[in-house]
Amino acid sequence: MTTTSEAPAKRAGAPRAWAKKPGGSLGRYIAVRALLIIPTVFILVTTVFVLMRTTGDPITAAQGGRLPADQLAERIHEAGYDRPILVQYLDYLGGVFTGDFGTTLSDRREVTDVIVHFGAATLELAFYALIVAFAVGIPLGRLAAFHRDRWPDAVYRIGAILAYATPVFFAGLILKLIFSVWLDILPVAGRADTRTELTLSRQDGATGIYLIDAIKTGDPAVIGNVLQHAILPALALGLLTAGVFLRVVRTNVISTFGAGYVDAARSRGVSERRLLRKHAYRPALIPIVTVVGLQIALLLGGAVLTETTFEWKGLGFQLSQYLQARDFVAVQGIVVVLAVIVAITNFIVDIIAALIDPRVRY
Amino acid sequence: MASAAATAPAATASSRPSRWTRLPVISQLRQSVGLQRGMLVAGLVLTGIFLLTALLAPMLAPYGFSQLRDEDGSFGSLQEPSSAHLLGTTVGGYDVLSRLIWGSRTALLVIIVAVAASILVGVTLGLISGYFGGWLDRVLVVIADAIYAFPSLLLAIVLAIVISGGQSSMWGGILAAALSITVIFIPQYLRVTRAEVIRIKSEAFVESARVIGASHARIMIRHVLRNSTRTMPLILTLNASEAILTLAGLGFLGFGIEPTAAAEWGYDLNKAVSDVTSGIWWTSVFPGMAIVLVVLGLTLVGESLNDLSDPRLRKRAAGAEPVEDLGVDLGDDAPVAPGAPAGAPEPAAPAAAKEASA
Repeated sequence: MTTTSEAPAKRAGAPRAWAKKPGGSLGRYIAVRALLIIPTVFILVTTVFVLMRTTGDPITAAQGGRLPADQLAERIHEAGYDRPILVQYLDYLGGVFTGDFGTTLSDRREVTDVIVHFGAATLELAFYALIVAFAVGIPLGRLAAFHRDRWPDAVYRIGAILAYATPVFFAGLILKLIFSVWLDILPVAGRADTRTELTLSRQDGATGIYLIDAIKTGDPAVIGNVLQHAILPALALGLLTAGVFLRVVRTNVISTFGAGYVDAARSRGVSERRLLRKHAYRPALIPIVTVVGLQIALLLGGAVLTETTFEWKGLGFQLSQYLQARDFVAVQGIVVVLAVIVAITNFIVDIIAALIDPRVRY
Repeated sequence: MASAAATAPAATASSRPSRWTRLPVISQLRQSVGLQRGMLVAGLVLTGIFLLTALLAPMLAPYGFSQLRDEDGSFGSLQEPSSAHLLGTTVGGYDVLSRLIWGSRTALLVIIVAVAASILVGVTLGLISGYFGGWLDRVLVVIADAIYAFPSLLLAIVLAIVISGGQSSMWGGILAAALSITVIFIPQYLRVTRAEVIRIKSEAFVESARVIGASHARIMIRHVLRNSTRTMPLILTLNASEAILTLAGLGFLGFGIEPTAAAEWGYDLNKAVSDVTSGIWWTSVFPGMAIVLVVLGLTLVGESLNDLSDPRLRKRAAGAEPVEDLGVDLGDDAPVAPGAPAGAPEPAAPAAAKEASA
């Protein structure tokens, strides 16, 4: 309402990146959206920096009480934490934009190195979890919409709410209890057996993504071992997201089911089943793309908890290790990188959504 | 108090819909039928049990949350469920049932603080942002979007470090958890309030208030705010459940409240990880179930409210009053009332819903 009443002259006078312009081209949309990443990342980096520094410097946090005061002061001086906060901030910002996130305190590694080393494992877990989420959430959501307000719908929906209501780590613990301890058919924790892990890491050009590395060895026992270890973490993390997908698909199928063109098809005698499968289902999937984007943040947060539960040595596991060690340089680095990943994924998802649905490009 | 209680039945007895039945949750309960009513009632019952447990914790719990021994000596670590300890004891030697019951109190306090703080800040910012617009609005929206895109648990971790430096006393821990959750919620309240405010701002009654010469503050509070709280009960229940999950996640990562300061389910689950590997189930299953049931209850209430507020998702009773039955039934029991063109009645339905909820 109000946007139309705003004088167009005002808009022309101040061409802002986010000014809405009807009928913009795809290229323009991508450019605007890409520009918007910069303030987002900037705000996140700044927020995390300011928050972490208000607690004091990381060296006191890590070593406080264990080192004599003069040694502590010396360490702080060496690391440059006694400089004015603004200088530190600009220094940090400069580092972030050149890909330097600092060095961890507890094990003296480059944060970028930690991220490259452990990121692959997290990526692998997130990928498995997404497969589970798609495979479970989308078909069940469609079924729930089809059986709307009858008992199968109730069962699916309560299942979806349960999936949401169960914390990932509790789901993980229960799965462990049932499948690893009571039934004893799946491994308790880790990404692979020690021997398999050794084989994989010795391989030339190891990617760190165990499934790819295992396939490269061509040994079915190795592949089997890697997959066995992946099942429970993937289920724990994937079912959480599956619940969200189920709800979105259900709601969207129901609303497209009531659209005029579906009624038109129904009046032509198209069967209910075909209506659901061909007419109502496809358009209902578009919002899923956006939801996947929002889930990335949830997935990364969930990965921290899942990895801790299953000792899956990825970024999340490492993050909780650094948290225990009170190594806040490492924590800050990992958090910022994860935030940047989320911002970029959201950008990609928005672009995909714009490619699929022209109405998105404003 | 007493006089209010005395007048209430009289009001309900009269033929007019009383004030009581127009309260948010009650009115929706009356609207609902069948499965939706079942889900709403189940959610309300679970939430009610949670609230009662939290309020009556000192009476219900057999022991204190940090009690390690009674007259008969120490409880012992990892005791199986027995008559003395209905749900067993933890690795630290606490009584599982007692910590379960006391934990509800911690969860409730965190919810109250988190939701109250985020409503206060989020609604205020949303009101200002939506009402005045301009550069402030844009800056706030960009910041809110940035925070919204941030993985909430990570943000909560950062804030927990900031607020409590990791671990803390009962109130320190509760405040740390609650405020970390608050920051995650503020953008949601901001966006929702802002959208409502922008919608209402262009209504005639706001303009007439402005013509009369009412101040900005008066218009914002009396005219706009009062009318933009429609969706609040819904977000409130959903956020309450998210608050519990975040609290438990923080506790699980070791940012919980010290066991001697208060009982917290996430902390107990963290300590139970190694028990699971050796087949000890009672230390993890019970606190975990407590989280699941509380979140389930709150989410069921929230979901039902959401469905009931959306006329397209609301299921109607067979043979409901004609005015109420204007909405199109999108369900598959297809042969819609003949002569009712499918699209036409739809605009009427939201209006009816608005009247009902107003």
